[in-house]
Amino acid sequence: MFSAITSRLAQALLVMLAVTAIAFVMFRYVGDPVAMMSREDATPAEKAELRHSLGLDRPVLVQFGSFVGRVAQGDLGMSFRNQRPVATLMAERLPATMELVIVATILSLAIGIPTGVLCALHPEGRTARLIQTLSLVGISVPTFVTGIALILLFAVILHWLPSFGRGDVVHLGFWTTGFLTRSGLESLILPGITLALYQLTLIMRLVRAEMIDVLDSDYIRFARARGLPARDIHFRLALRNALMPVVTITGLQIGSLIAFAIVTETVFQWPGMGLLFIQAIGFADVPVMAAYLLFVGFMFVAINMIVDITYTLIDPRLRTGRT
Amino acid sequence: MSGAPAVLVISGLTVAYGHPDDPPVEAVTGVDLTIAPGEIHALVGESGAGKTTVGNALMGLLGASGRITAGEIHIGGRPVDTRTGRTEGITPGRDVGAIFQDPMTSLNPLFTVESQLGEAMRHHLGLSRAEARIRSLELLRAVGIPEPERRLSAYPHQLSGGQRQRVVIATALSCNPQLIVADEPTTALDVSVQAQILRLIRALADERRVGVLLVTHNMGVVAETADRVSIMLRGRVVETGPVDRVLGRPEHPYARALIGAVPRIDVKSERLATPSEENPAASDARNAVRGRMRADPASASGELAVEHLCIDYGGASWLPGRKARVFRAVDDVSFSVRPGEIFGLVGESGCGKTSVANAIAGLLAPTAGRITLSGKPIAGRRRAGRALQMVFQDPYSALNPRLRVRTALAEPIVFYRLATSRAAAAEDAAILLEAVGLDRTAGARFPHAFSGGQRQRIAIARALAPRPSFLVCDEPTSSLDVSVQAQILNLLKDLRDLTGLSMLFISHDLAVIRQMCDRIAVMQAGRIVELADTETLFATPQHAYTRELLSLVPTLDRIARRAAEQGAPSNG
Amino acid sequence: MSAATHRRRWRVPLSVTAAAAIVVLIILAAALAPWVSPYNPLDIGSFDLMNAELPPAFMVDGDWRFLLGTDNQGRDLFSTMLYGVRISIVIGGGAVLLASSVGVVLGLLAGYFGGWVDMLVMRVGDVILSLPTILLALLISGIARASFPNAGTAQWAPVILVGAIAIHEWVQYARTVRAATMVEARKDYVRATRVIGLPGLRIMARHILPNVLSPVIVIATINLAGAVLTEATLSFLGVGMPPTYPSLGTLIRIGNDFVFSGIWWIVAFPAVLLVILVLSVNVVGDWLRDYFNPMRRGRS
Repeated sequence: MFSAITSRLAQALLVMLAVTAIAFVMFRYVGDPVAMMSREDATPAEKAELRHSLGLDRPVLVQFGSFVGRVAQGDLGMSFRNQRPVATLMAERLPATMELVIVATILSLAIGIPTGVLCALHPEGRTARLIQTLSLVGISVPTFVTGIALILLFAVILHWLPSFGRGDVVHLGFWTTGFLTRSGLESLILPGITLALYQLTLIMRLVRAEMIDVLDSDYIRFARARGLPARDIHFRLALRNALMPVVTITGLQIGSLIAFAIVTETVFQWPGMGLLFIQAIGFADVPVMAAYLLFVGFMFVAINMIVDITYTLIDPRLRTGRT
Repeated sequence: MSGAPAVLVISGLTVAYGHPDDPPVEAVTGVDLTIAPGEIHALVGESGAGKTTVGNALMGLLGASGRITAGEIHIGGRPVDTRTGRTEGITPGRDVGAIFQDPMTSLNPLFTVESQLGEAMRHHLGLSRAEARIRSLELLRAVGIPEPERRLSAYPHQLSGGQRQRVVIATALSCNPQLIVADEPTTALDVSVQAQILRLIRALADERRVGVLLVTHNMGVVAETADRVSIMLRGRVVETGPVDRVLGRPEHPYARALIGAVPRIDVKSERLATPSEENPAASDARNAVRGRMRADPASASGELAVEHLCIDYGGASWLPGRKARVFRAVDDVSFSVRPGEIFGLVGESGCGKTSVANAIAGLLAPTAGRITLSGKPIAGRRRAGRALQMVFQDPYSALNPRLRVRTALAEPIVFYRLATSRAAAAEDAAILLEAVGLDRTAGARFPHAFSGGQRQRIAIARALAPRPSFLVCDEPTSSLDVSVQAQILNLLKDLRDLTGLSMLFISHDLAVIRQMCDRIAVMQAGRIVELADTETLFATPQHAYTRELLSLVPTLDRIARRAAEQGAPSNG
Repeated sequence: MSAATHRRRWRVPLSVTAAAAIVVLIILAAALAPWVSPYNPLDIGSFDLMNAELPPAFMVDGDWRFLLGTDNQGRDLFSTMLYGVRISIVIGGGAVLLASSVGVVLGLLAGYFGGWVDMLVMRVGDVILSLPTILLALLISGIARASFPNAGTAQWAPVILVGAIAIHEWVQYARTVRAATMVEARKDYVRATRVIGLPGLRIMARHILPNVLSPVIVIATINLAGAVLTEATLSFLGVGMPPTYPSLGTLIRIGNDFVFSGIWWIVAFPAVLLVILVLSVNVVGDWLRDYFNPMRRGRS
């Protein structure tokens, strides 16, 4: 088990290093940092001095090394667009995105797993077929269309819910939360559903497929041959086997939810990191783009590592060795 | 055995498969069967005979499309309602215990032995957790699991295959059923484990007076374990009776053919008894094949020499901090195969025999040692080329499903320019098909149109296509039915006699090895422990392991000997 | 499986036939867009701002010259949608083609040769998969725009979009083909060809490739739906096709600014067309997956 965890750690480090390298290449070579950071009328001498003070005249590997060092200390450079430290910008936007992602994750798991099980138990039943068809629709409607449709219905036509922003937020030191005010919670509903819908269908379809495979396995047949009640076989035995891969996929899903938040945040003008990133692309604000890439890469790796370690702990085949 | 009421009476059982809209296909037709307490009744037949369907019907495991359409079932004297097409009223687990074929997949990997063993008792017998635990311990002791207290909290992957099958048996016994259905309970196990499990089942039947329906394809298992036997053919029982009588003096022609086709371990016969499939086309074709091989200098029979062969698995890991675990699968193996000889390599699974075959065929790079064919080294990157070919175990994966048979056969001929034109290559392919006993028109079809035995013939034809001097046969018949096995073994022998091919013949089945080989090497844990002429080895085995193997193989001999003593024809 | 049940499996459900017909219809309409659309939405000179934001013809203020109404520049929405779906399909199809060919080749090589080839391909794939499709595509588009001034033009945007989508998607093909190749390579028919002495490339191309293609077809179908969606999303976010040569996503982006003023049709019709296209492709893909799944086939 120990070797499995160290090998996972090594792999995670490798991925992180690769992502950092991509960020560095963007930082260094996309656009001209000197041109972006100096005044319009700067003389060549001033530019050369800036180049030197930024360390751009040193060997590439040295630059990469100092880049990694700065990133590790949380120094992500200055935004070209509004001349503020990128780390501060990101920290301001982080709570909005994370709260949205948490809501969406809970929604997609809480609805996706039970419906998936339901569909697997009676795959030919009417409900299962209906849900299966709806799930196809679910993966076919792009997130932004869902968002616009919800806005059109609940904000423009019915005026029930707000269509943009976070509403009132409460400041808790470094974190701002929308969970504590009525308008904050109302503002979460539409974006939360929008973000969750696509993931929900994916999880539901995965649980269904896994469950169908498990129900067909020899050990479930053997459990039937022992005359155990169907309820026990389905929910105590089979569900546990079927949920093992779901744990892994959920990790991946949370990572992609953070990225998918870009779209949701754009539609709902949600003041999160995704919106920041999209604006950065529009202005070719490379430091912000690179920082966002680093952040998503880091979250992805961290979540997957937590998931893998959890997996090692819950699967007896990995937890206990052979004797 | 008389007196007590039968634990199982089946009369006129008919099971049909098929969607309600389609005409049903009968898998089992009018089967009668009676099992007394403590009796082991074997149900034998070749694949597709319907024997597993009978077992599944009793265990309540007929799939969604299967249903009982006629017949009566009494378990322990109690009638079972079969009107719904199901065995209503049988409580699986309590009335009928089940033992499945593969202990590796029968147990849920995420639950402990205690949980899986105890749940049926807690549910059916209403035992508390503590009571179930006490009884689980007793059961584990009864099935001979060492340190049962520790095993209770183990997960399936921590047990060996034999131990898992013991747990499965304990589970089957847990609610004191009167009847146990064992579906090929030892097919996935090695000979030595098989012998223990069969002894255990026999002992449990005797002590606990449980009736056992033993579904199997292995006549040796029947002879060693069962009291009575029913032989099935296409869904019907064609012969039933005490084991000694049925196996010793079978009456039905099919039963006679089936038993005659079982390779004997006690005597070597020139050919296995099987209906002759020879026809003039085949012998003409074989002569043509012989002519071509004689004319080809590359086919001149060669001597294979294996010297100090070692093969390691595992090894360097690219990640730092992870130690590579090396496992030596083949350890200093040396032998040689003389021109025109069939050399046998026998051993249990994991003994390294297949690794040896793969190294010789160039599919695996040896860690150390030398392999030469006719003096030329062939190991590692230097392949033997067309001089050495191979026949594999599983005929279903041995042929490319997307290539027509003649394309697959012509490919090596064209590749090695053994024919002057594509048409000539196609003609060669047709001759090869005839030589292995198939029709020349078979070439136009795809592999899925053929049965397992036919596919194995095609695979042999493909191995002959490049005109080799040496053939490696890796368990060529172990996934075939016994009558088909006899035909394939005869075919290989005929080909050797005709063309002077040398062969390395690998098998776990001592009886098959005895029938086929001139000399034999016995492998255990990567080493050759004994190498001798076939007759010497079987008459006076030297090594303890060889003796053990020979004593453990379930065989028909016991019955054959008894029948011979009674002066009855042995149908050999 | 009896002959009868086998025959039943061959029967294609009505919904799948319908979905396939819709896909074919949309592809035909897209291919023939220059001939069947009433106006040329790419010809800026032909628009008239006087006609801007006209509702669909069946509404009170509608104009029968513009069946589905017009956009904010006075472009005929129906014509623009035909051209839009055309560019969506070209980009989606292009991305699938590029991703599948790269993925299949790399997957075959990795699965057959193993060793460092396998390690390299799979590690690069791991890194790529640790970044979600949409993020990677956004990054590529963003980098391209920051590096080349022409990247956002109607001429170059499709090329960049195809690359930006394919750079993520090839990994899926490579992984699937690699796994299937490893399974096939262990099968005896492939081992037999190795014993015969056929060269590796020939074994891969002639023996393994045909046997690993069915999952590729399934992935490609489902992937086409995904690629069309990704393209639409990128265009919606403003880093895809420019408004002068709009794809369906660009049209929805344009229309989104007018939703609050009650001008719903610029969003609604392209969105409905997009969903119908993607849904139909998904229905076909879903059926193909079940059809090619040997497990489910054997079960029946």
